This record gives sequence, C-alpha cells and structure tokens, in this order.
Amino acid sequence: MSVAGEALPIEPEVPLSLRGPAPIRVVAGFGFWLFLLSDIILFAALFATYSVLSGSTAGGATGAELFDKRHVFIETMCLLTSSVTCGFGSLAVQRADARAMFVWMGATFILGVTFLTLEGREFASMVAAGAGPSHSAFLSAFFTLVGTHGLHVSLGLVWLVIMLLQVMTLGFQPMVGRRFFAFGLFWHALDIVWIGVFTIVYLGAK
Amino acid sequence: MLGRLSWSAIPFDQPIVMWTSATVGVVLATVFGLITMKGGWPYLWREWITSVDHKRIGVMYMILGLVMLVRGFSDAIMMRTQLALAAGNAPGYLPPEHYDQIFSAHGTIMIFFVAMPFVVGLMNFAVPLQLGVRDVAFPKLNSVSFWLTASGVLLVNLSLFVGEFARTGWLAYPPLSELAYSPGVGVDYYLWSLQLSGMGTLLAGINLTTTILKMRAPGMGYSRMPIFCWTALASNLLIVAAFPVLTATFAMLLLDRYCGFHFFTNDLGGNPMMYVNLIWIWGHPEVYILILPAFGVFSEVVATFSGKPLFGRRSMVLATMVICMLSFMVWLHHFFTMGAGADVNGFFGIMTMIIAVPTGVKVFNWLFTLYGGRIQYTVPLYWTVGFIVTFVIGGMTGVLMAIPPADFVLHNSLFLIAHFHNVAIGGVVFGAMAGYTYWFPKAFGFRLNERLGKAVFWCWFIGFYLAFMPLYALGLMGATRRMQHYSDTHWQPLMLVALAGAIVILLGIGLTALQLVVSIRQRRQHRDQTGDPWNGRTLEWSVPSPPPAWNFTEVATVQETDAYWHSKQTAGASNPSSNAIVDMHLPRNSPVGIFLAFFAVILGFALIWRIDWLAGIGLIGAIVVVLREAWKTDLEVRVPAEEVMAFERAHGTRLAAGRVGATPGARS
Amino acid sequence: MMNSQGQAQGAAPGVSVHDRHGARSYLVGLLYAVPLTLASFWAATSPLVYAPAVPVLLATLAIAQMGVHVAFFLHISSAPDQTNNLLALAFGVFVTGLIVFGSMMIMTHLNHNMMSMDELMKIQR
Repeated sequence: MSVAGEALPIEPEVPLSLRGPAPIRVVAGFGFWLFLLSDIILFAALFATYSVLSGSTAGGATGAELFDKRHVFIETMCLLTSSVTCGFGSLAVQRADARAMFVWMGATFILGVTFLTLEGREFASMVAAGAGPSHSAFLSAFFTLVGTHGLHVSLGLVWLVIMLLQVMTLGFQPMVGRRFFAFGLFWHALDIVWIGVFTIVYLGAK
Repeated sequence: MLGRLSWSAIPFDQPIVMWTSATVGVVLATVFGLITMKGGWPYLWREWITSVDHKRIGVMYMILGLVMLVRGFSDAIMMRTQLALAAGNAPGYLPPEHYDQIFSAHGTIMIFFVAMPFVVGLMNFAVPLQLGVRDVAFPKLNSVSFWLTASGVLLVNLSLFVGEFARTGWLAYPPLSELAYSPGVGVDYYLWSLQLSGMGTLLAGINLTTTILKMRAPGMGYSRMPIFCWTALASNLLIVAAFPVLTATFAMLLLDRYCGFHFFTNDLGGNPMMYVNLIWIWGHPEVYILILPAFGVFSEVVATFSGKPLFGRRSMVLATMVICMLSFMVWLHHFFTMGAGADVNGFFGIMTMIIAVPTGVKVFNWLFTLYGGRIQYTVPLYWTVGFIVTFVIGGMTGVLMAIPPADFVLHNSLFLIAHFHNVAIGGVVFGAMAGYTYWFPKAFGFRLNERLGKAVFWCWFIGFYLAFMPLYALGLMGATRRMQHYSDTHWQPLMLVALAGAIVILLGIGLTALQLVVSIRQRRQHRDQTGDPWNGRTLEWSVPSPPPAWNFTEVATVQETDAYWHSKQTAGASNPSSNAIVDMHLPRNSPVGIFLAFFAVILGFALIWRIDWLAGIGLIGAIVVVLREAWKTDLEVRVPAEEVMAFERAHGTRLAAGRVGATPGARS
Repeated sequence: MMNSQGQAQGAAPGVSVHDRHGARSYLVGLLYAVPLTLASFWAATSPLVYAPAVPVLLATLAIAQMGVHVAFFLHISSAPDQTNNLLALAFGVFVTGLIVFGSMMIMTHLNHNMMSMDELMKIQR
C-alpha cells in the first residue's frame, strides 16, 4: 500500500496534523484501533442486553446459583498474565528476536488455551445441569456475552498461530510486524472486555 | 441433503413474481451475453472487478445504488397502485401476504442498498481526491467492502425468485420476526443479507475514518480540510459506532431463530422491547450517516456555484460534529408509544428538538453563502435549492413528532411515512443526485446533459410533492402505514394523487437513464478538457478528468482552505515543491473482494436454507481466500516516471508544459 | 527503529518508544492489575463491605483495571502523538456508556409500565 507524499523531513515545530500522510504503520495501527473500538461497541450491545435480561430467569437457575468465583478468578489470572506475555512477545517481534517471540507468544497461547478449556468446561457443566442457553433469557444472554468473548479469544489464538507461521515463512518483514501489532492490540482489548465480563456477570451475579 | 430447499421454494403460483424473475433473467442474460460477445470480461475483471482504486469502487457503488433504485421503486409503484385501488370493499390486486413482503423489501432495499451505496460511493470517490492523497487507507479492504455489499444485494434479489422475503417491515421487530410467527425463510434472507453488507459497511467506515484522520496532503490541517470531508468524517465515525449494534442485534435474533435462544421471544423471559431499543440505537445514527454526506455535498455545491467561500465554515464544522454526537442521544423518539413513560419520553423529546438546532445553523449558512454570490444555475444547484425547501419542511414535521403527545397520535401513521420520505428524498436522494451530477465530469471526463438534468430534477421535485403531501393529510385523517386496503373511500382521491406523484418520479428515473445514454453519445461535445468544469474550489478539480490512477502527480503543500481556489488566484506565486516527476507506486489489484463475496453468498444462502454442508464450503472457502491473501507479498505496481510524464504531456497540464504557475483553462 | 519523533499524524496505539521502557511498562501494569483484580473478587464476597456499596466499588475497581490496561499495555496517553487514539477511545467509551446505561434506564421504565400479565399477577396480593 502506497501513499502520496511520504512524510518529508520536517522540523519538530510543525504540528502533527500538517505533516502529510502518516507512515503505513501508523495508518494500519489506527485503522485496527478503530476496528477494536467497533468490537467493543458490539460487546456494549451484548452487555446492555445481559444487564436488561439478567433477572429474566423464567423460574430457572440464577447466576448466583450457577457461577463459581474461584473458577473465574483462575480464568482472569490466565488472561491477565497472557496480556503481559503477549506484551513481551510484541517487544520480541519489534527486536526481530525469533526465539524470545516463540517463548512469549507460546506462553500466551498456552494461557489462552487454558482459559478456553476452563470456560468450555463451565459451559458444558451448565448445559448438563439443564441450564443451557435455550432455557431462559438470562441464560441466552449469558452464553452469548461470555461465549462471544470466548469466540474472540479462540479466533485470536488461531490468528496467533497464523502469525507465527507467517514469521517462519516470510520473516520479520514490515507487513508481518504490523499484523503482530494488530494482534497485540486485539489481545489486550480482549482482556479489557473480560474485566467487564467478570465484574458484571460473575461478581455482580445476584 | 438440501436443507429446507425444494422446488416449492420457487413461487410458480405468483405470476407477478414469475414474470419479474423472467424479465430479470432475460436482461442479465442479454447483458452478460453482450459483454461476452465483445470480449469484455478481461477488461471488466482487470479494470473494475478486481480494482482497488477508490474512484472505480466509488463508481461501482453508485451503479449498484442506481440499479437497486429501480427495484426499490418498482416496489413503491406497486404499493401506490394497490392503495389507489383498494378503497372501501375493493381488494386491490396484491394479497396481504404479498403486500407485506413488498413494503418490507422496499424499505430494506432503499435504505441499505440504494441510499447507503450512494452515500458510500460518493465519499469513496471524492474524499481521497479532496484530501490530496493517492487512495484510501486500505484499498484492498475497500474492494472487500464493496463486494460484501454486493453479496447482500444478490441475496435480497434471490429472495424474489427462490423463497420469499420477510413480512415484518424493514426492521423486522420480534415477536413477529421470531421463528414462531415467521417460520419461513423470509426473515433469514433479510438477516443474513444485512449481516454481510453490514460487515462491508463497517469496514468502509473504518477505512474512510482512518483516511480522513491519518492521510491528508501536507499542510492540510483539520481547519483546511474541505467541508465534505468533515461531514464524511462524522458519517464514518457514526458508521464505526453504530453498525456493531446492528450486527449484535441481528446476531441475537438469529440465535433466537436458529438455536432456540430467548432474547426477544414472548416466553421464557424474552423481551421484544429490547430489540426495538437496540435496533433504534443503530437506526437513528443510520439516518444521520445518510444525511451528513448529503449536507457535505450541498456545502460544496453551494460554495462552488456562488463563487464564494462557504459562509460560517467554523460553525458548519461545529454543527456537523454536534449532530454526530447528538445523533446518539435521541433514539427513543422512534418508540415513544412503546410505553417508557413521560420522564423518559420527555428527555428524548427535548433532545430531538435540540438536534434540529445545528441543522438549522447549516441551512442558514447555505442561504448566506448564496446571498451576494455570483450564482451559476447548474443542475447541482437546482438539487440544492430543491433540497433546502423540501428538507426544511420534512425537518419541521420531524420536530412536530418529537413532541411525545403529538407522536402518540401520529406514530406509524402515513404522516410519519410522509415525514421520513420527505427528509430521505429531499435530503439523501437530492444530495446523491447533486453529488452525482457535480462529480460525474471528474469521474468520466465529460459532463452530463444539462437540459435533461433539469428535467430529471423537476420530475423528482414535483413528483415528490404530489406523492407525499397527500400522505401528510391522510396521516392526520387517521390512515396508518403498511396497510393493504382501507375502508374510508374519502381517502381514495388523495391516494390517486400520490400515485400520480409516483409516476412522475418514475418518469424522472427514466429520464436519468436517458440522460446517461444521451450524455455518453454527446460526450465529445461536453468533454471536460481542463479537469475544472465548474471553476471549483477544492483539490479534486486540480487534476485531469478522469484522474490518473495515482490521482496527484505532485502534491503541493496546502496553505489555505479551498486550496485549489487559492492556488488559482495566486497563479505564479505558489511553486510546486519540486518539478521532478518520480515513479508512482500503486496498490496492486486483487480478486480477494469478489472471491470473498462469492463464498459469502454461498454461506448466506446455505444458512438461510439450512444446508449445512454448503455452509461449511462457504466458510472454508472464505477462510482459504483470506489466508491466501495474507501470504501475498507482491502488493504494489510501479508506474514508471516516463509513463507519468507521458500522461501529463498528453493532458497538457502545467507540469508537462514546464510553465511554472500557469493553470490551463482557469477562469478567475 | 521505533522512532516516533518527526512522525506524521501521530503514533499507532500499542507502540512503545523504547524497548526497556516497553518491558517495564508491562510489568508495572501487571503490578497494578493483580491487586486491583484481587480487590474486586474480595469486594464481591467479603462481609466487610457495606452491601449497597458493592456495585459502585466493583465498578470503580473495574474502571481502574481497564485504565491500567489502556495506559500500560496499549500505551494510550495524553501525549500529542496519541491524540487521535485517545479521542477515538473517548468516543467509543461515550457510545458504550450511552448504549449500556441508556438501555438499562429505558428498559427499566418500559418493564415497569409494560409489565406482562404473569408479572402483574405476582405483585397483586
């Protein structure tokens, strides 16, 4: 992708907005940031629905009865730690340090898989106990909100694997670096959404 | 094997549908046949289908919108005819089940597949040129956006021939749209085609916002950016913020329908009112997404054809951004009558009245721009003046309905229908037509026929008033929307007038087609030699018509607002930064857009008809396409400097002639 | 290599200026986030917190945790090259707030006024 008028050598007094088109890295990063914000708004709609429907249990199980806070705490720690390991992995990518990248991104992957496994087990046990998503509005909202977050985490892990493959086959070229940046933003944003999830859904359950 | 799909999906028993489908089939076969005979496929594939050039994509969006206008308008004519006939005991010619699909399709198509493509197309074409840059931020993504929109169009059109469409109105409220009350595939067609095109629109919103905020010519700070780009920024910010809500809401309805969830069902705790709430959180910003770029077009047109800078530029920008924020704070006025109570209704009623204020500021600014100017009565200006008159009326009826007690009488009456057609046609359609006429020479290198253009305007203008003023009266008399027949025969004369108006508009649409044909025939007489047919003010008029693929051979640093106007006035004083012409690097064309759309259509169709294996193919195909693209490294095309030089010489531009500062054809 | 000076139109979010500072940023973020998270879980279950205040406390802690993520992991700040990123985030937060709190307020009113029959029967005596 090419832009007209690459940034000319500029004195520092010229305001940022007057310097012409931004470098590709900035453009790509900002575009992805906007996409993430749109994703957060998607979650906002799901959060709003959950908040509205959380009391509509149709005489069935409530959140307080179903949720296990210790379980959720472990999931939270997994995701939080994975954000930090992802950050270290991003720094490794910037340094073009393949070994460190594999170590830290590998740790991120493992923590992500752990999170998903725990969450999958929680979902399965709820369904087995007759509290599946089709049993009440509250359950539909719960499974959709938490499940959508989990789906994003799954897609993130797939993306991570693809990125590692890209580094192995294409090397640390700028295009690959930009995509890794985007992945990092994505992964951190998912942890931010999770903060909302565990606070509102699990800790806020009555 | 084929899910719910069987031969009974084809409506052999509905003659109107069968004849329409046959006609469409013949037309498509003819068009495709002609292209094949003339060996046009390689050209179309190379230059248009796989193009990532914002100018080409913008044109394709406009074509898509114009074609779907025909379909959406045929729905309108059918409805008007039915209502002209079905007074008293007369049944009309459209049974209710059919009529319901028609008004649902009409609204869905007009908003999503006519108005949105027009607006996105204009922004796509004009914004990079006005900003002085080579293309949008993500050209390949731009192509993907267009083709995803087209895939939504294809699915909606397929519903006519295979299966049925939704009978729920254009927003598909539950519980009617739930599986219990709409067990057929109609609502599924609606949901999947809009999910696909909605994704395309969201990506376009991200693309254009990034372009406007991160890619502008050197020296073009926010205060020197053209006003159309400001309105485009506001509109695209709204797209980024609102469309995810649509996606989420439709996803929840899909989960209800496909997986037995209970978001909006009548039982097990579902709350249909939540759907109404969420859909209008999207729906109100949506109408501002449509109208803000139209406002931007009018601002450009008014300034250009008054020969004056836009009056009150700063207040215009401020008003635009205020509208952008406020548009998220009024949505409940679409369901005052659902029962939230006086406190809530009062808050949103007041907010709705407040949002009329910045719009009023804009109207005054346009009027003050015209005042004292040297007016050129071109077709775009006709559309603008027509807009100012018509939109003000529509806006006033909107403010009238912003008062909850009044709305309790008028909600879902024909008064409401008249109001939103008033602002949609008077605002969005007139704006699209103005933009179409204004930028047509830039896109194609020749002007549209002026006389026919004025005829088109008068048909739309007169037709609109004939078609919708009676509806205001009818609404006050108690006529409701979406009604297939009525018992009070006193209403019939007004319905007949409305039908007459629709026919006049139909004439206008026909004349638009004629204008295009005639203008193409007459293109040599109306050629735009200079690139600046209107004595324009902004940067797009500084390049030849049509612009080269790279848009700007050299980009001078922008010093002022209305950058091109000032460079014309100070001809000779401003030097380009360098006269050396360099190689141009352009993004390579890519078929990823159409390939993704192909699998998207397969996926959508398979999900609609519950054909699991086909859905798998669609999903896997889409993933493979994306992965293939992710491994491509040869992403650019180099246009050698000699070729750029040759182009400049051929167009007799200032650069090639080596005459510093002289601007060919400038009229000052 | 990672020089954000002289750059047009600002920096991308998530860009850290120097390697060492970058690594430190993540560790400091973790150092803030862990106790905040523990505090959240404690607040929800502890009998020591005045019950009606728990939602507010949870919300405050959640916002603090999100702030830690935004500042230390995403490197969004009030620096001049982050203005676009910050404004975009502010817009997103504004819309999110409207959607969540607006919906809750509206639906509460609607549910109260438009109660379904079985709910009405329940509040009859």
